[in-house]
Amino acid sequence: MSETIKITYREALKAGIREALFNDERVFLMGEDVGRYGGAFAVSKGLLEEFGEDRIMDVPLSEAGFVGAGIGASLAGLKPIVEVMTVNFAMLPMDQIANNAATLLHMSGGQLNVPVVIRMSAGIGKQLAAQHSHSWEPLFAHIPGLIVVSVGTHEDARGMLSTALNSPDPVIIFEYTSMLNMEAEIPADSGPTDISRAKIRREGKDISIITYGIGVYKALEAAKRLSEQGIDAEVIDLRVLRPLDEDCFIKSVSKTHRALLVEEAWSTINVSSEVSARIMEKAFYELDAPVKRLGGIEVPIPYPLHLENASVPQVEDIENAVIKILRP
Amino acid sequence: METKDKLSAEKAEKLLYQLLLMRKFEEKSAELYTKEKIRGFLHLYIGEEAVATGVIQALKPEDNVLGTYREHAHALARDVDAGAIMAEMYGKQEGCSRGRGGSMHIFDKEKNFFGGSAIVGGHLPLATGMALASKKLKKDNITVCFFGEGAAAEGIFHEALNLASLWKVPVLFVCENNLYAMGTALRFSHAVQEIEKKGQAYGIESKAVDGMDLLKVMAAANKAVEQVRNSGEPYLLVCNTYRFRAHSMFDAELYRKKSEVEKWKKRDPIPKFRKYLLKENLISETQLQEMEERLETEIQKAVDFAEAGTWEAKEELTRFVYSENPES
Repeated sequence: MSETIKITYREALKAGIREALFNDERVFLMGEDVGRYGGAFAVSKGLLEEFGEDRIMDVPLSEAGFVGAGIGASLAGLKPIVEVMTVNFAMLPMDQIANNAATLLHMSGGQLNVPVVIRMSAGIGKQLAAQHSHSWEPLFAHIPGLIVVSVGTHEDARGMLSTALNSPDPVIIFEYTSMLNMEAEIPADSGPTDISRAKIRREGKDISIITYGIGVYKALEAAKRLSEQGIDAEVIDLRVLRPLDEDCFIKSVSKTHRALLVEEAWSTINVSSEVSARIMEKAFYELDAPVKRLGGIEVPIPYPLHLENASVPQVEDIENAVIKILRP
Repeated sequence: METKDKLSAEKAEKLLYQLLLMRKFEEKSAELYTKEKIRGFLHLYIGEEAVATGVIQALKPEDNVLGTYREHAHALARDVDAGAIMAEMYGKQEGCSRGRGGSMHIFDKEKNFFGGSAIVGGHLPLATGMALASKKLKKDNITVCFFGEGAAAEGIFHEALNLASLWKVPVLFVCENNLYAMGTALRFSHAVQEIEKKGQAYGIESKAVDGMDLLKVMAAANKAVEQVRNSGEPYLLVCNTYRFRAHSMFDAELYRKKSEVEKWKKRDPIPKFRKYLLKENLISETQLQEMEERLETEIQKAVDFAEAGTWEAKEELTRFVYSENPES
């Protein structure tokens, strides 16, 4: 057993950024309040002092402008990490992402690479109400040309950025505000994350719980509780939402013959919709029960805590849904 | 007409050839469009040629150029092969973007020609970002970005100019003010119609020039390019011009009077420049005759190249969505 370290999700993200800045002179971080303020969520605190203004750039509130500039800088030989403070502001640079980052390689017949990394804090959980609680991963996962990844664990918080920066194609990284203070133990030598593969976070034989992002730890907790009731659930962290690692979940479902899909994004046309369709197409005859989805309730996220909690799947919802599938 | 830079006979001949190549290439394109050889959108630059010619002659090969969807002439001025452009418009895989882009997406990385962008204003922040990369990488190339006055009404114009000025990066913004954003006249889109004032608002040195006069554009562009190169700071050059043809091939031109178009045609930059060269003895009638023949040959060669081009196999449809050599 290798040595482990205790680390918060925030510290893990910061370690990833710091390492990237150390390893490659072409890497720089740009975003609103990433420097003097220390990052809206204190993820980049201290990096300005360590790396200087050239590498840690505060930018004005011009999301379309600085994301576009990041794309341009990546066309011209740099490796920008562009931070969009939260996904809630990401409709402003959506044109740059969808019409430039995602298309330039193709429109140029393979001539232009766009090796930009765009990080966004996402998700629900801080009582921030409708405009600050979005789970918009599916909007980005819809777009060919983008690589869309979701940081569901501490290990990935540290290891995802370096792989993303090695990609010749644009990578959108979703991080989760509500997980920043969570502590976890990770191997001291945990390395880069493979962003082409989903990850089985817990092996099991009775059902596949397929999720990503905030859903990962929730599903693991539910699996733990279920194991006490004699149910052995497998938990898959999709990790990369585009292109989906279909092999991983098709294999898993072919083994467990049941699937519960969990995510916080609104249920209509979310990532689970796609996963469900692919299971139907590729593993229909392996199923012993209909695929079940647990997604976000279709409502702008309300402010009061009890209603906010009711808007997305919770551990007990996952637990109950699994029991209902297995012991109808 | 006046210009401080003495025009050599050799350069004069090259410039006239370029102007005529643009004009005849596009007249041929329009003809091929009616024959359905070229499909989709086709936006002709006819009438505005002095702008692309005058600005691009001031550049070095290592400078970056970004254009709009009305960019055939800019590509020609950048010495992108006429046959490769024509083949691109045919949609053939021998096209400069392998036929994937068409008329609006001409790319040639070797010539540092970065499109070909069809979201109005969407390429402005890319230019700012490319110039930022030049600054960070301590390169002495500059970036030039062409756009219309319609783009100056987009929010992204203001973000891109503010960022360029704030960061002090070597980018020349060239506004091709042809008075109409599709069919909406300048006076119906801008409260302040002197576009140069918008650059000044961001602390960017900005000048307006008669875009129908090649010598004037050249003089202004030479100065602007020199200043951007020496200062490393942005510059806005507004070229007041006019398009003689419709916005695209689908435009019935209901928004302007024929008499207005005829009035502007009297200011056609090509006969004006030709007359000047003859008057100054910079070119002879014999040379003009010989030039006509060369033009005819080059255009025929381009059409033949496009005609002889091949269609990409359907099996290759999904290429260039992601990079084929992820290690690169």
